[in-house]
Amino acid sequence: MVVRDFLELEDLKLILEGDLDAEVTGGYMGDLLSVVMGEADEGQAWITIQSHVNIVAVASLKGVPVIIIAQGFEPDEETLESAKEEGITLLGTDLDSFSIAKKLILEKGL
Amino acid sequence: MIFKYQVDAAAPELAGRASTEFKSVLKQLGVNAKIIRKISIAMYEGEINMVIHANGGEITCTVDEKQIEVVMADSGPGIPDLDLAMTAGWSTASQEARELGFGAGMGMPNMKRFSDEMDVKTKVGVGTTLTLRFNL
Repeated sequence: MVVRDFLELEDLKLILEGDLDAEVTGGYMGDLLSVVMGEADEGQAWITIQSHVNIVAVASLKGVPVIIIAQGFEPDEETLESAKEEGITLLGTDLDSFSIAKKLILEKGL
Repeated sequence: MIFKYQVDAAAPELAGRASTEFKSVLKQLGVNAKIIRKISIAMYEGEINMVIHANGGEITCTVDEKQIEVVMADSGPGIPDLDLAMTAGWSTASQEARELGFGAGMGMPNMKRFSDEMDVKTKVGVGTTLTLRFNL
């Protein structure tokens, strides 16, 4: 599966386009940055309610190609610029983290 | 080869910049991707600590044939109880920092876990110098 495949889900909206052809091998869900730093794996989609610029640093350093910002939180301008520089895709959803994870698993087979 | 980075606590939004820049340097040097990841994670944690606890500081990265050394020095408050600081889940981060997802209490444990050698010199009221070494 690649990042582009996520766009088929109605509940996800594209906030910032990064490398849409980057491969996604699974997912990780968490809002504490150091826990994500320690536990997320390269190639995973990261679901979080955090939306500030440091999420891009975490994703970039871990090799996470796509961040899904849940519960309608919106990234600020700095986050957008940083994600653009790093080629990381930002997706948004009004659903909570668990619900979007469930959809990704059940409907997209992630 | 020596690379130096200033960490500015007045610009917390830039936290992670030094780690990201050094990561690019290591890529250019052709360092193994797994080792780059370990260094990036550990250095990022140190960088964040310098911003949220120590009013910034300086990071000096030394690359030689056998190892990479990352020295993070600050003039912050120092760490009164190092054993506690090394305990997973223990944090003194402010409520403000926690709301941003910092202060998980995993910074120091992550630095230990992802480095091959970790040395902390700290004095209350003087500052902290943290040295991480990574074998190539």
